Amino acid sequence: MYFSKIVDRYLEMDFEKLFAEVSSADVAATLAKIGKSRLEQRDLLNLLSPASDEFFSQIASASMRMTKQYFGNAMSLYMPIYISNFCQNRCLYCGFNHENKIIRKHLSLDEIEEEAREISKTEVKHILLLTGEAPKLASYEYVRDSVEILKRHFESVSVEVYPMSVAQYSGLKRAGVDGVTVYQECYDKEVYSRMHPSGPKRDYDFRIDTPDRAAEANMRWVSTGPLYGLADPLKEAFISGVHSRYLIDKYLDTEFSVSVPRLNPAEGCIDTGYKMENRLFFKVIFAMRLYNPRIGINLSTRESAGIRDSLLGLGITRLSAGSKTDVGGYQSKDKSTAQFEISDSRSVAEVMEMMKSRGFQPVHKDWDLLVEEEFCI
Amino acid sequence: MSDVLKLGGVEFTNRLFTGTGKFSSKAMIPKMLEASGSQMITVALRRVDVKSASENILKYIPKSVVLLPNTSGARNAVEAVKIAMIAREAGCGNFIKIEIINDQKYLFPDNFETIKATEILAKEGFHVLPYMMPDLIATKRLEDAGAAAIMPLGAPIGTNRGLETRPMLEILIENSILPVVVDAGIGRPSQAADAMEMGAAAVLVNTAISAADNPVLMGEAFSMAVKAGRAAYLAKMAEEKRFAQASSPLEGYLWN
Repeated sequence: MYFSKIVDRYLEMDFEKLFAEVSSADVAATLAKIGKSRLEQRDLLNLLSPASDEFFSQIASASMRMTKQYFGNAMSLYMPIYISNFCQNRCLYCGFNHENKIIRKHLSLDEIEEEAREISKTEVKHILLLTGEAPKLASYEYVRDSVEILKRHFESVSVEVYPMSVAQYSGLKRAGVDGVTVYQECYDKEVYSRMHPSGPKRDYDFRIDTPDRAAEANMRWVSTGPLYGLADPLKEAFISGVHSRYLIDKYLDTEFSVSVPRLNPAEGCIDTGYKMENRLFFKVIFAMRLYNPRIGINLSTRESAGIRDSLLGLGITRLSAGSKTDVGGYQSKDKSTAQFEISDSRSVAEVMEMMKSRGFQPVHKDWDLLVEEEFCI
Repeated sequence: MSDVLKLGGVEFTNRLFTGTGKFSSKAMIPKMLEASGSQMITVALRRVDVKSASENILKYIPKSVVLLPNTSGARNAVEAVKIAMIAREAGCGNFIKIEIINDQKYLFPDNFETIKATEILAKEGFHVLPYMMPDLIATKRLEDAGAAAIMPLGAPIGTNRGLETRPMLEILIENSILPVVVDAGIGRPSQAADAMEMGAAAVLVNTAISAADNPVLMGEAFSMAVKAGRAAYLAKMAEEKRFAQASSPLEGYLWN
């Protein structure tokens, strides 16, 4: 049974009432449990509730201690590579929306090689390959062949493409893919339906079960998370935490991480009416850490340098750096339109220096590419 | 009195093994090694980038310290063997710590796959130090497979909870023909001393040193604790008694 069969029981909860009922004593009781016993769903609710505001600094300290215990002072780095921005979907918040009149680009395999060569001039050895959802153009075979090229330049390749089947993920794993990133965008079904008026992404269940399928295909790393700003952030954060816990408990062999992207302005973007303020944003990161202590937490360049720097050590474990979100962006010729605005435009070297100056060891390489078939016992 | 631990043809006079994983700066590693006197340090091959001029972690480890590359990230014997081969290619020597974990929730080692990898790598000439769940049968299998030592966990990795597996560790120390190196879970110098008093041949401490506010001083503290624990073990401690007993026996007076 996948998460699509479970999520309804959470969506039906009266979050407004539940959050309003949390008292200071409830939050204090949760804080007292940290480090002693596993937090329960009720604790996650307490940590996210408005009542936890008065405990903000204690929660931040607890998150900092937990992060240090399990991850030490090391911080991983990765870079995204966008290879195609054609897309059939009409996601109202995304720059690649099918209806947007933007500059579209689809890199040939030779162009991907050039782009990879450019990126590999930095120290970063972990790459995240991204495409829009256009399975005829950016087909499974195209993604697989692109991975074959990226493998020559990087030690680990992850993909953030459209949801695939278990068989396809298994095929990509054989080709050398280690990780899958897939964002649910929003757990709230009504908002999800409104945000995705047409295209394959309308299929909520198929998308929400993607992490299950990737883990079944034995991917090493699977990353999930909502896009904060589409729906009620408290409710989304709660279900994201529960979703992560479900995956961690079910697939012991896969390392899970969670992302906390906030909606950034993009070409043709709409105003959703929800905005996640910094204080709540921080609180969500702390709650994710405390509820699932060993989970990886990713932070992209959607966030400003100031926010990213101040969050080091408080919960996050992985940062992207030097990112370009336009196709072929690293070679800076024939520009296409970016998926979203970058807020932290520092180079990889600058981000690494910043980490060092703040007492963190940047980890630019954290894996060696292992090809499955080579060894037989 | 000479008290050396021999592993893979190398004599260790310091029984504190250390790790590289969680330091705030790689530059801290040689300072910690100097302060602690640790003669063996484990490094995850996944983090080694021999091609990088500035970020290659191996450059921070003095030549006098024995490298113990580990197979962190391996999910099965095949992957562990492959990582070990890459480590040797990269010039990391013949020691290898096998770490096979396919449970990402508690990070427990897989003894079954570990035994398989040990057998292959020992035949390939590696000095194999397998990280394992403390289990007697697995210990015997690892002896047969050609391990150089065994490395049972004291508590789940990174938890700093100490010797929670004490009864099992005692059995392994009593029954293993191989040196027993307690790995994982040791959070305080007193716990390291405790393991050494029990008869462990060495301890491996990573998080408790690297994540301390002052890792250099903590390395030194652990080194002293390990020395004290080892000396106490060799000195054969007086038996623990339930009730008080006069330190100078009175019996001699009774017959005068």
